[in-house]
Amino acid sequence: MKSYKTKKIVVNTVYHIFTFVLALVMIYPVVWMVMSSFKETEDVIRTATDLIPDHFTLENYVTGWKGFAGIGFGTFFKNSFIIAGVGTIGAVLSSAVVAYGFARCNFKGKGFWFSCMLLSMMLPFQIIMIPQYILFNNLGWVGTFLPLIVPAFFGGAFFIFLNIQFIKGIPMDLDEAAKIDGCSIYGIFVRIILPLIKPSLVTSAIFSFMWKWDDFLASLIYLTNPLTYPVSYALKMFSDPSSGSDWGAIFAMATLSLLPIFFIFLTMQKYLVEGIASTGMKG
Amino acid sequence: MKKQNTPKKTFGQRLNQEGVAGYILVLPFIFGFLAFTAIPMAMSLGFSFTEYNILETPEFIGFENYIDMFQDPKFVNTFLVTIRYVIFSVPLRLLMALMIAMLLVKSTKLSGFYRAVFYLPSIIGSSVAVAVLWKKMFESNGVINGLLGLVGLPDDTAWLGGEKTAMFTLIVLAVWQFGSSMLIFLAGLKQIPVSLYEAATVDGANGVKKFFKITLPLLTPTIFFNLINQLISGFMAFTQSYVITQGKPRESTLFYSVYLYQNSFTYGKLGYGCAMAWFMTIFVGLLTLLIFKTQNKWVYYES
Repeated sequence: MKSYKTKKIVVNTVYHIFTFVLALVMIYPVVWMVMSSFKETEDVIRTATDLIPDHFTLENYVTGWKGFAGIGFGTFFKNSFIIAGVGTIGAVLSSAVVAYGFARCNFKGKGFWFSCMLLSMMLPFQIIMIPQYILFNNLGWVGTFLPLIVPAFFGGAFFIFLNIQFIKGIPMDLDEAAKIDGCSIYGIFVRIILPLIKPSLVTSAIFSFMWKWDDFLASLIYLTNPLTYPVSYALKMFSDPSSGSDWGAIFAMATLSLLPIFFIFLTMQKYLVEGIASTGMKG
Repeated sequence: MKKQNTPKKTFGQRLNQEGVAGYILVLPFIFGFLAFTAIPMAMSLGFSFTEYNILETPEFIGFENYIDMFQDPKFVNTFLVTIRYVIFSVPLRLLMALMIAMLLVKSTKLSGFYRAVFYLPSIIGSSVAVAVLWKKMFESNGVINGLLGLVGLPDDTAWLGGEKTAMFTLIVLAVWQFGSSMLIFLAGLKQIPVSLYEAATVDGANGVKKFFKITLPLLTPTIFFNLINQLISGFMAFTQSYVITQGKPRESTLFYSVYLYQNSFTYGKLGYGCAMAWFMTIFVGLLTLLIFKTQNKWVYYES
């Protein structure tokens, strides 16, 4: 009995040492970047192998925040929040409505449109990139936030799918009861379904926000004026050798740009994990 | 049901019919799909047969763009580069995801912490911030060489300077982001009934045998699903190549989607860009179909 217990302790210890070291290796690049952002800028490379700064300083954040070409990072963050925020509101609301239609109503051609939705989940952005550009160019939208925000208001396939799964889990009895009480199909959505699908709304909102926040290619194509750049694009410009190479400042701004994602990750991890496990979305 | 006493429906009643309401609710999607996906796709197909820059009207040139592609050494190169990237990064990422998922299936007090740490990279990995970080880490005087030097390994590799090492750098970044696949595997592993393992233990099967006879077969639907997802996103990878290596050295890391972007928006060859987009979509589509066709050979579905 005793030897069995000892063996178990040994196995557990080995397991934890192994997993813990592996976890440290995985997280090291991120920790290194965050720590470097607090180093004096000439120390970033000179003391690259030291994790803890010799002299802890916030100067990089002050210099970095000034941005480039006379535009501060305050502007870039504001742009990112507008694009990701408004886009997310549009995506969450429209996807919930569309999902309700798919999940609860029978109408002609439902199967066809449902397949179209599944198809658009798999389609690469590249295939529609050029005609979309031409379309938005003709509308005079290039150079504004509209091409980045407006498409979100017509439902995102992933979010529609996620919401459908969730709505299907709600018993039909609730709908029936509301119907008998005189509730219309739309009333059932607002009063019964919407309050019950909060978890999938939150999950959609989280993913939509993170994807929009990180998105780079679309802003590269559509935004022409540095005043409208989101953080992702600005960071790319900021790190280009032509704008200087103050690595302390670059890491400081990179760290700040990840802060909203870290925050969501730490507070909403449950929703993220469930969202991925139930739909297989990529993170 | 009540047809006889409501011969004429009011507008409100009509709106409340399931067949009508369904369409109204789904309308945003239908409009968005037509305006932003279906019509653009059809247009893109049309443009792929033309010579077109944004200033002039498209000129029909038949299959010339498609023929030109295969005579364009840069096109052939970016296509092969992307395939090489996918061939290494996708299986390695899935393997890593599966191994770590097996490790984390054991529930301990630290499970939540481990899961969070392994998952984090896949959440931030495609951001420009991480791309910029990666570029700096792998520079000749960067932290990777520094750490290698500390443990006595060669510390003068120009990671981003050599063709093989630059590609390696991008693959490492891709593998590092195994977190979301890991979560999917973890969910799959937790669904395998414990009774199967217990029965196998009674029959005297060891761990390796249990893995190959129980875990792996029961996970094949999850592997299949992950594989298709990762293949599609692998072929579309953009930010890594654009920000970290800019395709260098000598275009050895110039990804297909970066070259597609350059043709369309830097060189203004929109017709050629559309042809490239269609070629890739058809290629990935056929590949997906091929994997679907093979699924009854290796994917195990419980009946």
